[in-house]
Amino acid sequence: MKETTRREFLGRTGKYAVAGLGAASALSTLLSACASLEKVSLPDVGSLFKVSQAVAKSFEDITPEQEYYIGRTVGAVILEKYPPYIDDRANAYINLLGQTLARASDLPETYGGYHFLIQDSDDINALAAPGGLIFITRGILRCCKHEDAAAAVLAHEIGHVQNRHGLQAIRKSRITSALTMIGIESAKTFGGEDLARLTETFEDSISDISATLINNGYSRAFERQADLAAATILRRVGYNPNGLVDMLKEMQQKLKPGGLDFVRTHPSPQSRIEDIQKVIGTYQLVKTPAARQDRFAHALGVV
Amino acid sequence: MINVRNILLALLLMMGTLAIAGDQHMMSVQVRESQVRSTPAFLGKIVGTVRYGDRVQILDQQGGWSRVVLPKPNLEGWMHDSALTTKKIVFKAGAADVQQAATTEEIALAGKGFNRQVEEEFKAKNPNLDFTWVDRMAQTSVSQEQMQRFLEEGRLVPEGGAK
Repeated sequence: MKETTRREFLGRTGKYAVAGLGAASALSTLLSACASLEKVSLPDVGSLFKVSQAVAKSFEDITPEQEYYIGRTVGAVILEKYPPYIDDRANAYINLLGQTLARASDLPETYGGYHFLIQDSDDINALAAPGGLIFITRGILRCCKHEDAAAAVLAHEIGHVQNRHGLQAIRKSRITSALTMIGIESAKTFGGEDLARLTETFEDSISDISATLINNGYSRAFERQADLAAATILRRVGYNPNGLVDMLKEMQQKLKPGGLDFVRTHPSPQSRIEDIQKVIGTYQLVKTPAARQDRFAHALGVV
Repeated sequence: MINVRNILLALLLMMGTLAIAGDQHMMSVQVRESQVRSTPAFLGKIVGTVRYGDRVQILDQQGGWSRVVLPKPNLEGWMHDSALTTKKIVFKAGAADVQQAATTEEIALAGKGFNRQVEEEFKAKNPNLDFTWVDRMAQTSVSQEQMQRFLEEGRLVPEGGAK
């Protein structure tokens, strides 16, 4: 099996939208088996049918446990892009806020739970790995003038996790390949060759997700879904969904053309505002009680 | 003769239906750890904790929540549906389980597929990719009491109440 250095691996991130690697032998074996279907005897047809049923799978068949492992590695790749912002008070606050919001989402339970981390960058960015590891930059927090706005940033990312958008960035052929191997070949722990093949599929899946998250962005439809989820979560917890609008207005002013952050990966803040207002109605001023504003300023004041 | 056969058939059908019905009311916990609550609400009082693979019997379902009961420990309450799967989770799979997993939708093999072993293999191939902060993130936890205090201090009133 080919060795891949980190540089090669990260270098490949972003290029896989066009590469059809890793679809792998499991699928081609099946295809060639299907090609000779007419020649086999009846019992063989039966077993082939069973195998092909098992192969016809999608991201929805990735278990929360596997999603957790995918998310951990995507998280490590995201941390290659921006280092952590080491401020215990700010990170504790973001976790308190984020985990409370996640509880009110449609996917409160993931295998390893939701965890949040601020990253030390002026870029305006927020990234969610499958399973609930969520990263936000200092740059995007500076677009938040109050807690309701910060809650909107986190709730939007929870929306991506809830809708399993990251997993949907994985090429279907890879999922087919991996799930086939899981079902058919692994009675005990994996042997060398199976493990190498599965690890390659894993690596390719991480590249698919990272490329979408970091470089290409999701579709406009996915961003709209995440904004809708955010509005719902904010309402359930008691925040004003116009916190999202306030944050987007600030972002509109702060985004720099040609940047490698939300400018590149997200629809324009203005179009997002127009979309979300179709759901939450015309803008209403966000009034934050003093106690809420004080703790927000105390935790994120220096960010 | 025909009558006897019909009766036998009817009995068989009934047994089959009962078996299916019994099966449909069992689900498994598909996350590492989850809470059983006294009410179907995201901050409902926690009455117990369940773990990955635990089997629960479903008594009722409403709005994304299931009322469950466990025999040991004797526990009854509400769980969010995202913590549950209809599949039976098999921890130590034999060849027969693997064959069944490949051909049916009824079981899931714990620890199979993308797992710790695959992550270790990946790390060996990408030694400079740093998981330190991913591991640290996983350690952050927020208790239900902290969430409730956070809501109260921030004058936040969740839809349907906090309890």
